[in-house]
Amino acid sequence: MTTRIDVTLTVNGERVSRSVDTRLHLVDFLRSELGLAGAHTGCEHGVCGACTVRLDGEPVRGCLVMAASLDGAVVETIEGLSDSGEILDLQEAFVARNACQCGYCTPGMLVTAADILTASPQATREEIREHISGNYCRCTGYQAIVDAVEDVLKARAAKREAA
Amino acid sequence: MNEIVTPQSLGLSREDLPNSYIGRSVPRPNARKLVEGRATYTDDVDLPRLVHAAFYRSPHAHARIVSIDTSAALKVPGVVRVFTGADLAKVCDPWVAVLAHLKGMKSAPQYPLPLERATWQGEAVVAVVAESRAAAEDGVAALAVEFEALPAQVDMETALAPGSVVIHPELGDNLVFTRTAETGDVAGAIASAHRTVEATFHTGRHTGVTLEPRSIIADYNRADGTLTVHHSTQAPHMMQNVFATQLRLAESDVRVICKDVGGSYGIKVHVYPDEMAVACMSRIMGRPVKFIADRFEAFGSDIHARDHRIKGRLAVDAEGRFLAFDIDDLTGIGPYSVYPRTSAVEGNQVVNLCGGPYSFPNYRCTTTVVLQNKAPTCQYRAVGHPIATAVTEGLVDLAAEALGMDPVEIRRKNLIPDDAYPCTSPAGMKFEGLSHHQSLAKLLEMVPVEKIRADQVEQRKRGVYRGLGFASFIELTNPSPFMYGIGGAKISAQDGCTVRMDPDGSVVAMSGVTEQGQGTEAILAQIVAHGVGVPVSKVRIVTGDTRTVPYGGGTWACRGAGIGGEAALQSAIALKEQILEVAGAMLQAQGSSLDIVMGEIVDKATGQARMPLSELGRIVYYRGDTLPKELSRELVQTRHFITKEYPFAFTNGIQASWLEVDVETGMVKLLEHWCVEDCGRVINPLLVDEQVRGGIVQGIGGALYEHCIYNEDGQLLTTTLADYLVPMAAEMPDMHVGHVETPTKESLLGAKGAGEAGTAGAPAAIMNAINDALKPFGAKVFAQPFTPERILKALGTIA
Ligand code: FES
Ligand code: FES
Repeated sequence: MTTRIDVTLTVNGERVSRSVDTRLHLVDFLRSELGLAGAHTGCEHGVCGACTVRLDGEPVRGCLVMAASLDGAVVETIEGLSDSGEILDLQEAFVARNACQCGYCTPGMLVTAADILTASPQATREEIREHISGNYCRCTGYQAIVDAVEDVLKARAAKREAA
Repeated sequence: MNEIVTPQSLGLSREDLPNSYIGRSVPRPNARKLVEGRATYTDDVDLPRLVHAAFYRSPHAHARIVSIDTSAALKVPGVVRVFTGADLAKVCDPWVAVLAHLKGMKSAPQYPLPLERATWQGEAVVAVVAESRAAAEDGVAALAVEFEALPAQVDMETALAPGSVVIHPELGDNLVFTRTAETGDVAGAIASAHRTVEATFHTGRHTGVTLEPRSIIADYNRADGTLTVHHSTQAPHMMQNVFATQLRLAESDVRVICKDVGGSYGIKVHVYPDEMAVACMSRIMGRPVKFIADRFEAFGSDIHARDHRIKGRLAVDAEGRFLAFDIDDLTGIGPYSVYPRTSAVEGNQVVNLCGGPYSFPNYRCTTTVVLQNKAPTCQYRAVGHPIATAVTEGLVDLAAEALGMDPVEIRRKNLIPDDAYPCTSPAGMKFEGLSHHQSLAKLLEMVPVEKIRADQVEQRKRGVYRGLGFASFIELTNPSPFMYGIGGAKISAQDGCTVRMDPDGSVVAMSGVTEQGQGTEAILAQIVAHGVGVPVSKVRIVTGDTRTVPYGGGTWACRGAGIGGEAALQSAIALKEQILEVAGAMLQAQGSSLDIVMGEIVDKATGQARMPLSELGRIVYYRGDTLPKELSRELVQTRHFITKEYPFAFTNGIQASWLEVDVETGMVKLLEHWCVEDCGRVINPLLVDEQVRGGIVQGIGGALYEHCIYNEDGQLLTTTLADYLVPMAAEMPDMHVGHVETPTKESLLGAKGAGEAGTAGAPAAIMNAINDALKPFGAKVFAQPFTPERILKALGTIA
C-alpha cells in the first residue's frame, strides 16, 4: 500500500535527503522526518493555513503538497525564518501587540504575513485582512494581528524613506 | 511586616511605582517561543516505543454493534493491536455524568468504547494501534464492523413525545434534567401588564474548533506502575483524578502534563471516551500511545454546544418598566451527559442568567434537557451566557419597539442601579458589585449614536439597510465549590501557587492554573514580580504539570486571574515577608523597615539600596553558616486561594454592533463593534482587550456562521472547515474595547474574569442590529446563525 521515493531538497538552507512514503505531505515530512514542529496541522484539507510554509519562495499549504514531489525544492519554515532574522521585526510586533494567544496559528500566520510585507508594501488594513483571511486564528479576533502587520509595514516604509 | 496588606498599600492601581506591574501592558514572556515556532504542543512530544491510535467511528446515529472482525486489520503492515469496547472495559470502569445538586438529573454509564450500541454518528467504536497514524488508519479501513441500524431520536422537540425512541431504555425516557426557577407571580404580572412581548429563539448547535485538535499521549510504565499523560487539557488535576479513578490506579501514580495548548475555549475540559481509550490501551500495552484528532474527528466528537430552543415573554408596564420574564428553554445534549461537568449545566445557566442585568420582580424560567442521537454537547466558552443574553436582549428590544421607546432608554430604565449592591437576582444569583449604568455611559461615549442614526436614515433612502444593536450582559466568573464540588465532582475550586527565590535572586512560581493562550503565565509573572518586588524578567512561571505544581482547578470559567492570580499574589507577599526577615537579620534591621524594589533590598523610609537579592541568595544558600542559627530561611512559600463570600464573582458589560444587511442577498456585513466590560482589576490591558476581541469573534461566529448541521437521520453534514464556517479576518469589524473596574472585595487582587464577556454579548448585539436594519420591512430573525437564507425568509424573499 505504500511506495517510497527518494528526494533531496533544501530545508532552511540545509540539504536533506530522504526516502519518503508517496502519500506523505510536506507538513508531516517536516514534523515527523525532520523534527521541525513549528508548522502545524489544523485541518489537513487546505483551509486553515496553520501548515503554511515557504516553498521556492512562495507560501504554500504544507498539508496539500506531497513530499515526494519536492526533489530539488527549497523549503523555508518558521524555524528557518527565525534563525535568519528575516522576519524579526514582524515577530517582535506580534509579541508587542499580543497578536498570538495560543500560538498554534502563529507560524503559518507569520509566513503568510511575511509575504505581504514584500508583495504589497503599501497594503491597507483591508488588504491586510484580505491577505491573511486564508489563515484562521481562533483566539485573537484578528485585530491585533492586523495591527502588528500594519506596524511593520509602516516601520519598513519609514526605513525605506529614510534610506 | 505586621501591617495589614491592602490593595492601596500594595500599590495595585499605581502604575508609577517601581516594579509596579498590575495594570500594565507587559508583553507575554512566553510569546517569543510561539512566534518562533518553538512551542511544545502535545503532538510535538515524541517518546521511545510510541505507537499511534486511530478509531473506527460509527457511520450510524444509532446502531447495534453486531460483530467486529479484526483479522484483516491485524494483517496491515505496521498495525500492532486492535481494541474493542469489551477489551477496554476490563481495565476501565464506566462513568455516569450527573451532579448531585442538579436534582433528579440522570444519565447512562459511558465506556471508552461502547459495548453494544453506537449512539451517535462519529462515536469511536473500535481502536487500532500502529507504528504510525497512517498505518493505524489503514488498519481502521481494513476492519469489518457489522451494524444493525436502529431508529434514531434526532429532534429534541420530539424527544419526550410518546412513542419516541428511548436512547437508554434503562433510564425510562429521554429526560435528563429539568429545573424551574420561579419568583413572584408571573402569570399575574402578565395578566395585568401594559404590554407583553414574546418570541421563540433558536441558538445553533456549534463547536469550539480549537485550531490544535484534541491531543493526548498516555504512557503507562509497568516498571513503576505510573501513568504519565501528556494532554492538551485545561484541567490537569481533574484529569489526573479521572484517569486514576476510572483505571483503578492510585491518584499519586498518575501524572498529567500539559505544555502548550493550542486553544481550548471549554472544549478541552471534558472527559472524552476516545481519550480514555488511549489511556486504557497504554495501560494494557505498557507503552506510550498517541492520539491526535483530525479535523473530521473533531467535528464529530468534540463536544458541541448551544443547541437550544427558547420561548420567551417579557411583560412591561406603560412606562417601560419590566414586570416579568417568562422563559421556557429546551435543549438536546446528545446521547450522554458529558463527564464530569455534565451537559445539564448549560441549560441550568440559562435559568440562572436570563434577565440578569435587570431589576424586575417576577421571574419564571424552565430548562428541559433531553437526550438525542447526535454528538454530546457540554460546556463551551461562556456556557449558557450567549443564549440567555440573546433571549433577554431580544425581548428587551421587542418591548422597546412595542412601547415606541429608544433601546438605550429602556435599558437605562431597567438596568440594576449601580448603588443597589450587594443584591440577589430573581433567579437567585448573588451580585457583589456590578456597574451596568457606568458601563452603558462609557459605551455611549464610545459609540457615536447620533451620527450612526443620521447615517442610517440617509442610507435607507439609498436602499442601504444598516442597524445598530445593543446587548447588556452579566458573566459568571471565579466559580466556587458551588459550581461543581457540591454536586460531587472532583474539580478543584481552589488553586495554589508556590513561589521560590533562587540564589541569583530570580523567582520561580508554580501555579495550578494553566495557560492555553490567554496569557495566564504573563499575568502570573506580573503579579509575582509586583508582589515580591523584582523585575518581571526575573520571574519564571511553571504550569501544567500535576507532579510539580500545587493542586488546583486549571483554567476554565474565567478563574485564572481571579483565583490563580490571587494565590500568586498571596504567595508572593509571603515570600517577600520571608526575604525581609532574612534581610533584617543580615542587615541588623527590622524586617518591617526594609522593602524590596526591583530586586534590591532597600530602606523603606529612604529608598536607599542596601543589598541586591542575589547577595541575599548567595548567603542563604551557600554561606548559611554566617546567619543566626535559629533564623528560618526557607525562601519558598505556598498559598492557596478560594472565594468564600460569593458562589461566583459576577462581572458585567455591554456591547453594541453596527452592521449592514444586504436585503437582496441576505448577507450581513459587520461595520463596527464595541464592548465595555468590567472584569474588576485589569492586570494586563493588552491581554484583556484581545481576550475580549477573541471572545467577540467567537460570538460573531455563533451569530452568523457556525452551525453543526445534521440531517434527519442524524448524519453530521458539516465535517470540514469548508462546510463549517468560522470567522475569518476579512469579515471581522474593528472592535473597540472599554473598561470599567469594579474590583471584587473577595480578594486583594480584585480580579474577575474577562474571557467570556465577548462571547456572551456579541450574538445578542448582532441579532438586535440585524432586526434594527430590517425594521423598514417589518422583518425579524431570532434563529442563530443568522444566515442569508434565514434573513431572506424573514424578508419574504424566499419561502
Ligand atoms: S492544515 Fe493545511 S490548511 Fe489547515
Ligand atoms: S492564537 Fe490561537 S489560533 Fe491563533
